[in-house]
Amino acid sequence: MGQRVIVVGGGLAGLAASVRVAEAGLAVDLFSLVPVKRSHSVCAQGGINACNEVARQQGYSEYEHFDETIYGGDFLADQHPVLEMANWAPRIIDLLDRMGVPFNRTSEGYRDLRLFGGSLFKRTHFAGATTGQQLLYALDEQTRRYEAEGKVTKYEYWEFLGPVIHDGRAVGIVAQDLRTMQIRSFRADAVVMATGGCGLVYGKSTNSIICTGAAAARCYQAGAWYGNPEMIQVHPTAIPGSDKLRLMSESARGEGGRVWVPALKQPDGTWGKNPRSGSDPKTIPTSERFYFLEEKYPAYGNIVPRDIATREIFEICVAHGMGVGGENQVYLDLTHKPKEYLQKKLEGILDIYSKFVGEDPYTTPMRIFPAVHYSMGGLWTQFAKGNYNPADPRTKHKSGSATPLTSAVGQGLAYGDPINMQTNIQGLYAFGEVNFAYHGANRLGANALLSCLFDGLFCGLSVVNYLKDGAPSKAPAEQLPSSSYDAVVKQQQDRVNALISSVSPNHEAATNPYTIHKELGVEMTAACTVVKSEARLKQCLNKLGELKDRAARLKLGDNAGWTNQTLSYSRAVQDMLSVADAIAQGSIQRKESRGAHYRTDFPTRDDANFMKTTVAKFSPEGAHVTFEPIDALLIKPAARTYGKVDAGASAKPQLAGTAH
Amino acid sequence: MLSALLGNSTPDHHAKELALREANRRHAKPGRGVLVKVLRCDGPGKATRWETFKVTTEKGMNVISALQQIGGNPVTTDGKATTPVVWDSGCLEEVCGACTMVINGKVRQSCSCLLDDYAPSEGDTITLEPMSKFPVIRDLWVDRSRLFHNIKRVKAWVPIDGTYNLGPGPREHPNAQETRYKLSECMSCGCCLEACPQFNLEADASKWDSSFIGAHAISQARLFNMHGTGKELAMERLEALMGPGGVSDCGNAQNCVKVCPKHIPLTESIAAMGRAVTLAGLTKFFRS
Repeated sequence: MGQRVIVVGGGLAGLAASVRVAEAGLAVDLFSLVPVKRSHSVCAQGGINACNEVARQQGYSEYEHFDETIYGGDFLADQHPVLEMANWAPRIIDLLDRMGVPFNRTSEGYRDLRLFGGSLFKRTHFAGATTGQQLLYALDEQTRRYEAEGKVTKYEYWEFLGPVIHDGRAVGIVAQDLRTMQIRSFRADAVVMATGGCGLVYGKSTNSIICTGAAAARCYQAGAWYGNPEMIQVHPTAIPGSDKLRLMSESARGEGGRVWVPALKQPDGTWGKNPRSGSDPKTIPTSERFYFLEEKYPAYGNIVPRDIATREIFEICVAHGMGVGGENQVYLDLTHKPKEYLQKKLEGILDIYSKFVGEDPYTTPMRIFPAVHYSMGGLWTQFAKGNYNPADPRTKHKSGSATPLTSAVGQGLAYGDPINMQTNIQGLYAFGEVNFAYHGANRLGANALLSCLFDGLFCGLSVVNYLKDGAPSKAPAEQLPSSSYDAVVKQQQDRVNALISSVSPNHEAATNPYTIHKELGVEMTAACTVVKSEARLKQCLNKLGELKDRAARLKLGDNAGWTNQTLSYSRAVQDMLSVADAIAQGSIQRKESRGAHYRTDFPTRDDANFMKTTVAKFSPEGAHVTFEPIDALLIKPAARTYGKVDAGASAKPQLAGTAH
Repeated sequence: MLSALLGNSTPDHHAKELALREANRRHAKPGRGVLVKVLRCDGPGKATRWETFKVTTEKGMNVISALQQIGGNPVTTDGKATTPVVWDSGCLEEVCGACTMVINGKVRQSCSCLLDDYAPSEGDTITLEPMSKFPVIRDLWVDRSRLFHNIKRVKAWVPIDGTYNLGPGPREHPNAQETRYKLSECMSCGCCLEACPQFNLEADASKWDSSFIGAHAISQARLFNMHGTGKELAMERLEALMGPGGVSDCGNAQNCVKVCPKHIPLTESIAAMGRAVTLAGLTKFFRS
């Protein structure tokens, strides 16, 4: 069979990895729960960030992009990987362009740009409001090309059940065909996990139904470490729904959308409730509209980063009861923009709103509320620093001056080093949202697609080199004894047998997988999202203990030996509980507030003790958490205010590059 | 009546449809009982049967959440305990294409099908069937491998020189980008194939290459023939569209464009590729 690489997950990261590895001449086996074209990357809307010529000539650079990402992530990310990601971003855009992504164009035919959160420069490339879909399709097409040439073999509707680890290195996986229910092992010299986030741990989120986090959980339970599990992004603008919370892209604000609630100005200058809050928004006069983000953050306004916008919306609705009509919702208003403009730039997302809400967002302000969206945390990964390490890192770049960073100056990461984005288990890699590497405590909008592609394209070569020079070159997976593989197959088969034999027509709530999942979602949303506290988190851990007991004896509603979705779902529910535990444990032990992690009992950032990576190691009793030092050599931490007007001494609105 | 309106994608009819849905929605009250009638099948070659479930509606509830509610306690209206319904789904916001099924006789995505819009009164029924042009795996889940296979037939990709850093792609006028973007929104859901009289169930994969390729693949061929680099393979794509199963098999029923959830101008694509194939055929004829 020769050397082979397994890629688990067919979203942007997995497809980019498949293309990169296949291009190097290695055989790829690509596993996905769904046909890869239906992966969750399709849901990404707004765009993808990269320095570009227009922004560059206005004073922007790759270094600024790096700086914004670190600042946006509240100084929690290791800095060298982020530096290299920003450095590579422009060539990733060029590559996508060559693949045929229909990026929006200027009248002169160049790629158009839009404004996005956390930046004062236009550096976000986009294809309408379905950028993720268009990028995924481009990679899907290139993967299909390799598939047609026999270099990539797809296993769609196959579920990853666990890695096979032999002598401390990953040498394959065990997976199950979701149609025939066949369980078998697959040998490989390296395994790339590209399985995305874990939104379903929160029940309802902006994530697709496949984003359970179960694949990552299975690696975690097999000994892979989990980094910064508590860093969960709650997106400020989503459409509430009974099955999921649909994303309303940040691009709506980037293209001029304004967030407001009906309110009345008090004699002391503050805003109070408006008794007409629930009436037709078109009848509310301008003087009674409280544009709270614009008032508090004059420089960034509606495009402050997500954690900040989310907390402000929460404060308006939950703390002050000033949500529209007294409910948990605020207006996101685009009605002042011309319809033709909106159709060109945002039609995809505005269609979603009108389809699911039944109101016309071109003429009526949208009603939105925050929702769990993205996991900055994930499988813990390593990296090899490149040669860029100046004693005096440059944080300012003036229009017209030389670019402070190009690959000629040096690299953030050592290109092709086998360690890049490898987990603590040799040969087990984690690419894209499933790793913890780039976004620190908060991800900037339009950086997610970038990190997926960067991992696949840049770190794909690391996988190739690991096969060429690492352990697989001496002991190829195809020559290993079958006992290691058979043991994992048996373990998984036993687990399935136990679940199947639990079948009961009696769907009592205590052991019903749907009920357990629902309760898990409600608990995690209440305890581990926007506002956290030790008391509430302890209560959450108790609840998780109860759910774990119940999940261990859950009862299936279906014992079919063919296409048994209930089996797959119930198994995922059980595994989600270990991720939930890591999130709660990380939340409780990080006694500070940073980025998306906000503790009422520790409301400030504590760099001395917690400018560190949370590392969670699995144990059946609960996660064992330690804090490990980070690489923060390039940018020194500073207050993260985004020019908030009541933020004290540093109140003056400032540009991204000079705010710290 | 509603499905007839839904079938037309002109903005005028879209507005009418929205108005009717809004009227239904205003009338619909949460907490009412709606019947969900599902055509079930335990696996390939197994007999089919109808089962009806009663769901209690919530605000904004769609077919997906109705099926989820049924899954938690799968008991039919006859009081018979059964298994949870099997169906395919993904994004739940009509962008992945997974959850396509036949609802009240019309093919569409189940995620964007709101109960308030289509079953506004107590006791209203919604009927769910699997697509009929693809083999059923179980219940509402069908095997759409052929759909993806047909995209391969037309080489729907840009033949790039690898992932190396080779600078930007071709510059493009915004008008061309807008046309390509529209075509590129195809999510491979299969609605156009389900509605097409020329595209029929074919479980035997060896016959796929000589059976009608489908509007989606023809439109993808057009998309890539429009791209500066993609058109390097234009002739190979046209050859795939010549002969049996090619563009001339289209019977011009125009059902495809009416059911496309993304309003992709499929009939325009078919006409454009039909002309291109004819031209290419003539060129070939005079050269030979």
